[in-house]
Amino acid sequence: MSLSLESMLQLCIILPLLTTAGIVATGRHPNLREGVTITASLVILYFVINLYNGLNQGESISVQWWQLLPGLQLSFTIEPLGMIFALIASFLWLITTVYSIGYMRSHKEKNQTRFYAFFAIAIGSVMGIAFAGNLFTLFIFYEVLTLSTYPLVTHAGTEKAKKGGRIYLGILLSTSIVFFLLAIVSTWFVAGTLDFKPGGVFGPMVNTAVAGVILVLFIFGIGKAAIMPFHRWLPAAMVAPTPVSALLHAVAVVKAGVFTVLKVCVFIFGIDLLRILPTTQALLYLAGATVLIASLVAMRQDNLKARLAYSTVSQLGYVTIGALLASSSGVIGSSMHIAMHAFGKITLFFCAGAILVAAHKSKISEMRGLGRQMPITMAAFFIASLSIIGVPPAGGTWSKWFLLVGTLETQQWILMAVLMISSLLNIAYLLPIPFHAFFSGKQPSSGSVAIKEAPLPSLIALCTTTVACVFLFVYPQPLYELATAILEIPEIAHGK
Amino acid sequence: MLAHLPILQVIVPLLAAPFCLILRRALLVWLFALIVSGSAFLISITLLQQVLASGTISYDLGGWSPPWGIEYRIDKLSAYLLLIISAISTVVLLAARISIQKEIPADRHTLFYILYLLSLAGMLGIIATGDIFNVFVFLEISSLSAYSLIALGKDRRALWASYQYLIMGTIGATFILISIGLMYQMTGTLNMEDLSRRLPEVAQTRTLFAAFAFFIVGVCLKLAMFPLHLWLPNAYSYAPSIVTAFLAATATKVAIYLLIRFTFSVFGISFSFTALPLQTIFLLLGLLGIFVASTAAIYQENVKHLFAYSSIAQIGYMIVGYSIGTTTGLMATLLHLFNHALMKSALFLALGAVIYRIGSAQLSAFQGLGRQMPFTMAAIVVGGLSLIGVPLTVGFVSKWYLILATIENGWWPVAVLILLGSLLAIVYVWRIVETAYFKEPAASIGQVKEAPLAFLVPVWVLVAANIYFGIDTRLSIQVAQAASQSLFGVAP
Repeated sequence: MSLSLESMLQLCIILPLLTTAGIVATGRHPNLREGVTITASLVILYFVINLYNGLNQGESISVQWWQLLPGLQLSFTIEPLGMIFALIASFLWLITTVYSIGYMRSHKEKNQTRFYAFFAIAIGSVMGIAFAGNLFTLFIFYEVLTLSTYPLVTHAGTEKAKKGGRIYLGILLSTSIVFFLLAIVSTWFVAGTLDFKPGGVFGPMVNTAVAGVILVLFIFGIGKAAIMPFHRWLPAAMVAPTPVSALLHAVAVVKAGVFTVLKVCVFIFGIDLLRILPTTQALLYLAGATVLIASLVAMRQDNLKARLAYSTVSQLGYVTIGALLASSSGVIGSSMHIAMHAFGKITLFFCAGAILVAAHKSKISEMRGLGRQMPITMAAFFIASLSIIGVPPAGGTWSKWFLLVGTLETQQWILMAVLMISSLLNIAYLLPIPFHAFFSGKQPSSGSVAIKEAPLPSLIALCTTTVACVFLFVYPQPLYELATAILEIPEIAHGK
Repeated sequence: MLAHLPILQVIVPLLAAPFCLILRRALLVWLFALIVSGSAFLISITLLQQVLASGTISYDLGGWSPPWGIEYRIDKLSAYLLLIISAISTVVLLAARISIQKEIPADRHTLFYILYLLSLAGMLGIIATGDIFNVFVFLEISSLSAYSLIALGKDRRALWASYQYLIMGTIGATFILISIGLMYQMTGTLNMEDLSRRLPEVAQTRTLFAAFAFFIVGVCLKLAMFPLHLWLPNAYSYAPSIVTAFLAATATKVAIYLLIRFTFSVFGISFSFTALPLQTIFLLLGLLGIFVASTAAIYQENVKHLFAYSSIAQIGYMIVGYSIGTTTGLMATLLHLFNHALMKSALFLALGAVIYRIGSAQLSAFQGLGRQMPFTMAAIVVGGLSLIGVPLTVGFVSKWYLILATIENGWWPVAVLILLGSLLAIVYVWRIVETAYFKEPAASIGQVKEAPLAFLVPVWVLVAANIYFGIDTRLSIQVAQAASQSLFGVAP
């Protein structure tokens, strides 16, 4: 089978939708249904890796679909930033599917067919976001992602799920309709194009006050990036089953948010313009405040998933800061942090789910001594925490390093302090969990405690992502090359 | 034959209506009405193709040339409207047979189809004619049959609602008639083309100002612009489901057509936009309408009422687009005309399916319907998303152009207000979604089956149109743009 890279690109978006149909058709046979999901995720991963190789060989891959509105086309282009996102999402979809099989079955969740079906649509829209060739295409898939994840968030169908879903959908749809759409129409009106262009679309003559306002609209409008005060949807979404929280609220949805922020900063504004806009500094402080406040709130959460949720809000702030710093190290740090945080956080969520399934515990205060019962899970939790904090031997080290360098380059001393303090806070709210699990709690009175880990598929999944965290520390080269390539496009394009 | 299409468009349903009396058997009458409406649809397609290819068609009724004879005049705007009305009418009729079985006594079925065809003929006539007195005649034909259609509702309150509509509608029609009379008195002509040439000569007279004011108030009553909307919610709610689906998608659209036709082609842009502070008044009332009606929709316990209030809010969007007074603004209005017709016909028809199965449109009756009537509920969800204006649905297209038009004009606060207003749509749509999908079915209702195919097919045709025209926007945008440009006198 020799498909052209262009058709692979399109299949990445279309195949998940076909998968949905397949999942619905095979709904009565769970094994077959999961087979369909796994096959599809394998095929997509294969496509994305092929596309990655194509990109590395310097091929320019893009596809134009039809015009939705005159002058506004659905188009897809492969560039390094989108590649990072697509690689992470497609790889982790596979892993999460494996994990869900263990989790959903042992948790005896209802409506699993609906679950896998909407999951596939969500992944398709993530691919659409990652490869979008213009802001318009991105916006469309952004909205599809919001809507297709709503049934996942409210999967339990309880009153609590309904409330959480209401906040989730309310905030994400409202911000995107009121601010994001307005920002897009304004950009279209001011710049006359919505294409992602290296160096931005506004040109040198743009009124910085207007562009500054549009930037504010973008940052608030991209509610998925969870900048305060529009972060409440993320903790609210934690009513979802753990695999949903893991993939969507550690990887797909939130990363779609910060990815969009990065994409807008680099390819709509361009970092040169971004630097001189009057509102950038204020937004930087807002992101900094989000990082600190969310960390502080995380410390007060006793529910493990809620703590992880606030930790995510805080880590997303890092990426936004890196994008708004408008320096090359900032952009590199941000894009690497998208990957590093994804692996770290998904591991933590996998662990949370494993603990729920195996030990039926969701409160941190109940997890003392749990390390004896679930040593593998807790060890994974420890390593992933290190990655989030940003210390060796885990991948988070590198992204945080570049973000720090970014603040130094641009002499943002306050933000540098924010990043340092936040790392300390990360230690304070993450590390006690594995420590207490291993070293405190009642000592077993007689002999050793029976080891009872999560179901095997789940365990395999969480070990894989843990290994990935370490692997990305040892061998960050491919990721780093992709990240540096993001800003090299303009130099080629402008012939500098 | 082709040359006579403008009159055939109107005369076929008009003459077919009494013919139903001969057929009598319900099934036959239904088939006959369907064929008539379908042929009206085919005629409108042909007309639109002709207009797009070779420009405005003028047809002299009885061979008398205008301004002495009555002229039928089809330009891009009217061809576009004819298409919308006849298409919706046909799809809605598909579901009529099964729906009225439960909602209208059997001995009145023939009557129903007669009135339906008359109403259709009236609306098509208003759009096709180029004579302002003819407009009044057809307005009365369509309105009187609409009052009777509403009065057919099973609920006794339908009579009261119909009576309310009758009073308000008659006041509106009378005002329009007064306006027509005043214009005739000043110019001695009833032909629109002729009027547009002669009215500027008398532009500064008080009579013409009076005529304009009477027309504006009259037509605003007809199109249910806030605050003249009071007749609408009850009329929509208590009418038979099919009638609601038909009227909600067409009647107010025709009134908006009248507003555009008279202000642009009869009074002329320069007079219409300077005689009264029309832009300011319409902008304010449009925005107020959006917010007040959407908020009212949130608090409705009856889903028909809910969507009726939502219709008033959607009319507000069209009025806002109109008030901007630019080609893009008018284009947004025309697009929303098309798009809203698709949304509301789909939603009200799906409601009809729900009423067919559970006999009620109360929100509380929707509990658990997500599971029991999955296809019908999915249609309501998609229609609702379109109402909210989610990308890939038609609602997004009109919203995009409305926002673009306000920004082009530098009306930033208006753009923000419009977007904020559309958030209210999320709230009222999601009340239905949460009730249908998160609540267990009420014990009293028992087992409910999915709606029959006779319902599902037309509903999903309309839902598919909501998505199709949200993805392939060539037809609606091309025609709306061309119509708007020619109304403003810009060469297309």
